[in-house]
Amino acid sequence: MATDITSESIESPLGEINKYDFRTETKAVFKARKGVDKEIVNQISDIKDEPDWMRKFRLDALEVFESKPTPTWGGDIALDFQDIFYYLKPTEEQGKTWDDVPKEIKDTFEKLGIPEAERKYLSGVKAQFESEVVYGSLEEDLAKKGVIFTDTDTAVREHPELLREYFGKIIPPDDNKFAALNSAVWSGGSFIYVPKGVHIEFPLQAYFRINAESMGQFERTLIICDEGSQIHYVEGCTAPMYTTESLHSAVVEVICKKGSRCRYSTIQNWANNIYNLVTKRAMAYQDATMEWVDGNLGSHLTMKYPAVYLMEPGARGEILSIAFSSKGQHQDTGAKLVHCAPNTSGQIISKSISKGGGRSSYRGLVKVDAGAKNTRCNVVCDALILDPESRSDTYPYIEIAEPDVSIGHEASVSRIGEEQMFYLMSRGLSETEASTMIVNGFIEPLVKELPMEYAVELNRLIQLQMEGSVG
Amino acid sequence: MTDVLKIENLHVAVEGKPILKGVNLTIKRGEIHALMGPNGSGKSTLGFAIMGHPNYEITAGSIHLNDQDVLEMAVDERARAGLFLALQRPVSIPGVRLADFLRHATTNVRNPDRKEGEELIPMREFRKEIKDKMNHLSMDMEFARRYVNDGFSGGEMKRAEILQLAMLQPKFAILDETDSGLDADAVRLASQSIADIGGENMGLLIITHHDKLLEHNPPQFAHVMLGGKIVETGTVKLAQELHTDGYDRIRKAYPEAAAAELEMNEEEVSPAV
Repeated sequence: MATDITSESIESPLGEINKYDFRTETKAVFKARKGVDKEIVNQISDIKDEPDWMRKFRLDALEVFESKPTPTWGGDIALDFQDIFYYLKPTEEQGKTWDDVPKEIKDTFEKLGIPEAERKYLSGVKAQFESEVVYGSLEEDLAKKGVIFTDTDTAVREHPELLREYFGKIIPPDDNKFAALNSAVWSGGSFIYVPKGVHIEFPLQAYFRINAESMGQFERTLIICDEGSQIHYVEGCTAPMYTTESLHSAVVEVICKKGSRCRYSTIQNWANNIYNLVTKRAMAYQDATMEWVDGNLGSHLTMKYPAVYLMEPGARGEILSIAFSSKGQHQDTGAKLVHCAPNTSGQIISKSISKGGGRSSYRGLVKVDAGAKNTRCNVVCDALILDPESRSDTYPYIEIAEPDVSIGHEASVSRIGEEQMFYLMSRGLSETEASTMIVNGFIEPLVKELPMEYAVELNRLIQLQMEGSVG
Repeated sequence: MTDVLKIENLHVAVEGKPILKGVNLTIKRGEIHALMGPNGSGKSTLGFAIMGHPNYEITAGSIHLNDQDVLEMAVDERARAGLFLALQRPVSIPGVRLADFLRHATTNVRNPDRKEGEELIPMREFRKEIKDKMNHLSMDMEFARRYVNDGFSGGEMKRAEILQLAMLQPKFAILDETDSGLDADAVRLASQSIADIGGENMGLLIITHHDKLLEHNPPQFAHVMLGGKIVETGTVKLAQELHTDGYDRIRKAYPEAAAAELEMNEEEVSPAV
């Protein structure tokens, strides 16, 4: 691209309709009744024909869920937990080719561009529809090298020892109310094992689609990067718009062993009726690097704070967080870095945009344990507010029990300047073009970290958010 | 028919405070006008008012581009109609590449009816054109990849403005102290560039304190602004006289405007907008 002086990324049309907001008519193979209790949890475990330890894990977690109060910090969680469907099995079998997938579901993912992306630039794909993964693929030579990329249910059956060693260990069910709920009713998600020294060149991607009304999606992802391995995992999430609330509550656990490197990128664009309450945490061991790239658009309320625990010397954690809140949306997002060992380093960069009465909150924790000497950490939070109705807050928490550290924290809040708008418009840009350009410029330092295809997608999503609503 | 920009009895206030108090000025396409005057006399205000900055309230008078009522037009419509204001202090837009911005701007100005999302000028065509223009202005191509005015030196900002002038080819351009912050060589280059870009195709209103920028752009008309009014109009000789001798003669000759100037500057606590 050396001769390119303009990026193609802002070329995509502004005017098209939201391609994510459509409903698919399907017949479920099985749909549990509304609500969550022992009966439902047992039913899920029965259908999946699970070993006893997993059933017990679920039932114990249910007790934790029931005993914990709904958090009163963060966003306003006005959800009736008994008014949601917790399990919906869309197909009998998981497809190995797209032709194995029922036509209407296949068409859904076609519309979302998944098979095309798979052909062009992915090493493997998992597509989850409601509660189950309906399609999965992995390049043959990766499988030959010992890479495992399967849905988590299959992993319980086929890789029980490897899974059990880590499952629920990074994020135990009693970590928080929603981790407990996920542990009780989880279904689907990705299980990945990258063997020692294996570098996966192109991303593995999972796509999570909620289709039904009042649906809960509770995927569970576990990624194990063995020593010296490398992976880039990408997840996308969408749902159509309904008037009732739906719930997405995932748990993602990542282990980065010595010298490994994992980048986990999320670009989610939930409909405005979704409560998105997700727990993501990684443990990075000696000289390993964990990166979270977290792009949060849409949803009614998102509470998500990807974490890296730096367990051994040389470990590094990086979290890049982008949040865009429009009307009726609250993004309460951020990051956690926990320095448990000396000579560890980390960086948090958060960029939030609030528009049309939306609210973005940065909530972050930097914690340094006693003895974690020579720790370095830098936090930068920038907020952009597009109009007087919108809101931005910053809640940085810093807990340091070790004197020999270097911690930096910078925060800025800016409003789209009248002068910037005048300048761009005085050169012929419309009001929407001008504000979209300023917003894209604001997040450009993060977007350029993404692979081209995802950068284009993110810019496109932001254009959709910006359309016709400035002023 | 020659395009005409006509300003009649223009009164402008900023935050309720009157700045322009009845400006009359007619510029034909192809003409060069120099606008001079002491700091705070309202020169920049005239530029912002013509371009439609929201902080500049038109309290009386009119601006017409041929038979179009400019005051009825939004800022971007004015640009698409062929008006251009080179800012004295251009604003930085972090994260937005100059080339991306200019491709949008150029497309819109050339296709004034373009709707958001419609095709931009083809990349190949645009790239060739901007390359040519930048070569001509002795600018490095790397410059177009930088973020708009972000971390630019004073001179780089002014050159970026001239590049935009070259790409957008407006009918009328107001150059607000496009020479300030430049060294002598840079002013000479800017002057030459503006002459090349402008010529007979543009009406120029050059706001300046110096005569260097006028070297290659000899004005047919030189105007002096004092206390929010154009008090005297002459030829290039007037511009030279003011540059050499300052404004003492003008102040003596127009005591009312000089009194208004004094009053405006006394009230002024913050620097001129």
